[in-house]
Amino acid sequence: MNAAPLHLGAERVMLDPAGVLHWPAQKLLCVADLHLEKASAFARAGYFLPPYDTRETLARLALLIRRYGPKRLVFLGDSFHDADGAARLSPTDRAALRQLLQGLEPIWVLGNHDPAPPCDLPGEAFVEWRQGPISFRHIPSPFSRQAPPEIAGHLHPKATAPTRAGGISRPCFVANPRRVLMPAFGAFTGGLCVTDPAIARLFLQGGRAFLLGEERLYSFPLAGRGHGAAPQQGA
Amino acid sequence: MRTLPEPFAGWFAARGWQPRAHQLAVLDAVAGGEHALLVAPTGGGKTLAGFLPTLLDLNNAPREGLHTLYISPLKALAVDIARNLMAPIGDMALPIRVETRTGDTPANRRARQRAAPPHILLTTPESLTLLLSQPDAAAFFAGLGSIIIDEIHALAGTKRGDQLALCLSRIAVLAPGAKRIGLSATVAVPEALRAWLAPDAQAGSVRLITAEGGAAPVFDMQLPEGHLPWGGHMGLASMPEVYRRIEAARVTIVFVNTRAQAELSFAALWRLNEASLPIALHHGSLEIDQRRKVEAAMAAGKLRAVVATASLDLGIDWGDVDQVIQIGAPKGVARLLQRVGRANHRMDEPSRAVLVPANRFEVIECVAAVEAAAAGELDGDPPRPGGLDVLAQHVLAMACHAPFHPDELYAEVIRAAPYAALTRRDFDDVVRFVEDGGYALAAYERFRRLFRDSEGRLHIRDARVARQFRLNLGTIVETPMIKVRMRGGGTLGEVEEWFVSTLAAGDCFLFAGQVVRYERLDPAAVIVSPGGGDDPRVPVYAGSRMPLTTWLAARVRAILHDPSRWAHLPAQVQEWLKLQSLRSELPPSDGLLIETFPRGGRWFLVAYTFEGRLAHQTLGLLVTKRMERLGMGPLGYVGTDYVLAIWSAFEPTGVERLFAEDILGDEMEEWLAESSMLRRSFRNIATIAGLLEKHHPGAEKSGRQMTMNADLIYDVLRRHEPDHILLRATREEAARGLTDVARIASLLARIQGRITHRALSRVSPLAVPALIEEGREWVAGGAEDALLAEAAALVAEATDGAEEFGETLADMTDGIITRGASARPKPREARRSRFIRSAPRRAS
Repeated sequence: MNAAPLHLGAERVMLDPAGVLHWPAQKLLCVADLHLEKASAFARAGYFLPPYDTRETLARLALLIRRYGPKRLVFLGDSFHDADGAARLSPTDRAALRQLLQGLEPIWVLGNHDPAPPCDLPGEAFVEWRQGPISFRHIPSPFSRQAPPEIAGHLHPKATAPTRAGGISRPCFVANPRRVLMPAFGAFTGGLCVTDPAIARLFLQGGRAFLLGEERLYSFPLAGRGHGAAPQQGA
Repeated sequence: MRTLPEPFAGWFAARGWQPRAHQLAVLDAVAGGEHALLVAPTGGGKTLAGFLPTLLDLNNAPREGLHTLYISPLKALAVDIARNLMAPIGDMALPIRVETRTGDTPANRRARQRAAPPHILLTTPESLTLLLSQPDAAAFFAGLGSIIIDEIHALAGTKRGDQLALCLSRIAVLAPGAKRIGLSATVAVPEALRAWLAPDAQAGSVRLITAEGGAAPVFDMQLPEGHLPWGGHMGLASMPEVYRRIEAARVTIVFVNTRAQAELSFAALWRLNEASLPIALHHGSLEIDQRRKVEAAMAAGKLRAVVATASLDLGIDWGDVDQVIQIGAPKGVARLLQRVGRANHRMDEPSRAVLVPANRFEVIECVAAVEAAAAGELDGDPPRPGGLDVLAQHVLAMACHAPFHPDELYAEVIRAAPYAALTRRDFDDVVRFVEDGGYALAAYERFRRLFRDSEGRLHIRDARVARQFRLNLGTIVETPMIKVRMRGGGTLGEVEEWFVSTLAAGDCFLFAGQVVRYERLDPAAVIVSPGGGDDPRVPVYAGSRMPLTTWLAARVRAILHDPSRWAHLPAQVQEWLKLQSLRSELPPSDGLLIETFPRGGRWFLVAYTFEGRLAHQTLGLLVTKRMERLGMGPLGYVGTDYVLAIWSAFEPTGVERLFAEDILGDEMEEWLAESSMLRRSFRNIATIAGLLEKHHPGAEKSGRQMTMNADLIYDVLRRHEPDHILLRATREEAARGLTDVARIASLLARIQGRITHRALSRVSPLAVPALIEEGREWVAGGAEDALLAEAAALVAEATDGAEEFGETLADMTDGIITRGASARPKPREARRSRFIRSAPRRAS
């Protein structure tokens, strides 16, 4: 796995192809949109999705925690698919999650799906969390030159890269020097194309998509529809 | 021989008609308490034969209540039959009420029908399922005397057919006396259809009635003037000749194989249409009102031609069609004869048809099809076993109807032919799936849809379950479609969502017979305006092409191999084949010819397997897997109906290894894991079985709704519970009908020791069509990442590294930002307070 360095504001962060962001200076790992217990939320509505999404997501996260050994773990919102998601955790999954958080300082940034802090789990909850110059929030702020550099989730970006075999779609980071939009990490989280206005309008001044690959990220400039418009750099 | 009583005898006589032998035979069978399968070509008075027993019975002994159920695969057909039945009923003043019930029937009429059923109800498999899921279904069907299943050859073997077979099994319980009458076009496998129709899955329980054949059809082949295309399937080069033939005939149906082809052919004909002949367009994606208008105009004799897809395949009466033109190869003999039967709806005169092959291989295929038709050889496979996904839907339907005991339902289900071989284990697993998902990890106890009472009967939990069932009913899984609306005007029809995602504002495309310009996407529709432009695109639709049948493939191969049979082929095709025997060799009729050659920096391997496109797609996956193992670096492949072509980074050597029988073993496992076709199967199965919410075409999406991605579910389920019933169903479906593994197995067995490898220095004449074929599949997995890497590198190269977004660029842009920021007065503290809008809270 080769994480790619990126400068956000004056800070150097690493984008990992597994879909997490590592901030070495702060010993911080950030992950967005886990949507734990999404399957059981669907089951409650009568659609019996396989009840293995939570353990799958946690197992992938546990690997990354072992690799980076962070001090802090920032959940960037929508960690649970709905407000009582945490209450529906099976005893096994709950134990796995507690195990995973052991010795860490968990930061729960609240999302639209999980507007209240998860019950019975360690950590602090914030609507928005600030670390040094960087703001961690679930829903990206509207574009503004005055805003602090931010890391946000919520939109589940994915992008389609044109290759000679036609388009290949992957979840992706979308980034410019002022903002990183995180891919959704959950096992059952789909994606929204970066060309959708909801994402495109956040990167009017340009940006790049970093598509998640097996071993590394694949970087493409955000293009205007149909034309290879290069991102404008900086200010 | 039986004769007709009055007033029926008089009604026939007044029209100068004689009751046909097969019409009387059906009467005879039903009178004797038998079920009957009537096999007759189009125009044989088949429908009337089905209804005569009902009309006679109700005339003899008028009574209230539902007497006859008529089921057809098409809504339009039900409506058309209703119209045709009204004539004799009105003429003879019979005391019979006929009504239709389809998805289009308004709710108030449906409610009235349930309270006061008509004598004859015309419906579709979906509407029948819905009726049977109602708590009052037992009373509704109790007095049923007759069930007519039209176009049974088009239903048996499909998922809608599975659904119908299960419904029939239930009706046999509710109305044990009801007799079944199946109506079928001429098919290769009447025995299998008899078993399908039988209430106990035994062919012997159904009397087979075969109408004597009408006059043999007369075929003609039309080639374009000048150059005969190497590839392509559109057949546009022949449009001037097609137009001349339309001018010369009274009414023509121009059959094409795909909707895209329909749009292009229609546009091409209108460009030539100097006489402004009324020529219309009919395909499944056009707005329904538009289709009805075309159908009505056709029936009223106001059109000279209609360009149509399979949407017109089935038996609707189109009036006085005197010419059928088939553009593109027919792909199957039975299908060709059914289409040809649309011309000249009278059995005693020959139907006339013109075949218009689009490329060289299709010329040979057309010749083969005409030979087979003349020899009376039909193709077609027996219906495949029923799908477990359809069974899951049925189990829920039956639970909505009334509580059931699994033992009784199992006994009922295996009386339906598609499920005759269903094991109790599979059945029980399906029931468990319906109850709570049936996962090894019993996580959903509290969300169960069904619960068991003390006697072991299963009940639905509440009315919400029934509502959800109705919402997701049906076995046709639509590709997400989106409506196309003219700005300030009406809806033209619909296109697949992904096609829209490839459009940019201002792009033009051909739709509903006109060039339109894409303006914008609003939440419910694509907004277009009348457009111009030289090179409009054409929307294509997934899965719309029929594969070549085995029978026809064998005939094509036999013609190719034997120069003495080339006499019927046009000179250009003969030259092409001669050139092939000079440059390489002709594919043998039993073994396998494989060519390899370098081209454009890659290596190509072309295998002349002739097993049809579906089998070739699967074979391509298996062979490329083997090539990956052998380090040949396969990049992609394309399967046409005739050949499999693969391109790779390195020269394929020892090609016999690639077609060894054991690729069905090791590679099969891997294939099962990664196949995109398997993923598509899973998506359909999961939707039909009720795991995923059904996509409702035209339904508005609420904002940026994130739909559940079937691929993600597939991956997780495969890792955690590979033996789950839905994955078993997916593998079974993939292993039989869909991907033709049996066809591959018999091919591999046949060619062992008979593989001829020609290592050529350049492409051979016979390989050209495959290399210009669209619809390529790319090697998934590792190769996908390699492609991404290549594309990313290309972007970097093309922009001379200026786009490199590694550390260098980040530093550089960072510098810019920093300078800009430092020029402004330090807003840091103020900003923090403005952005932290609520105080941190302690979580626990």
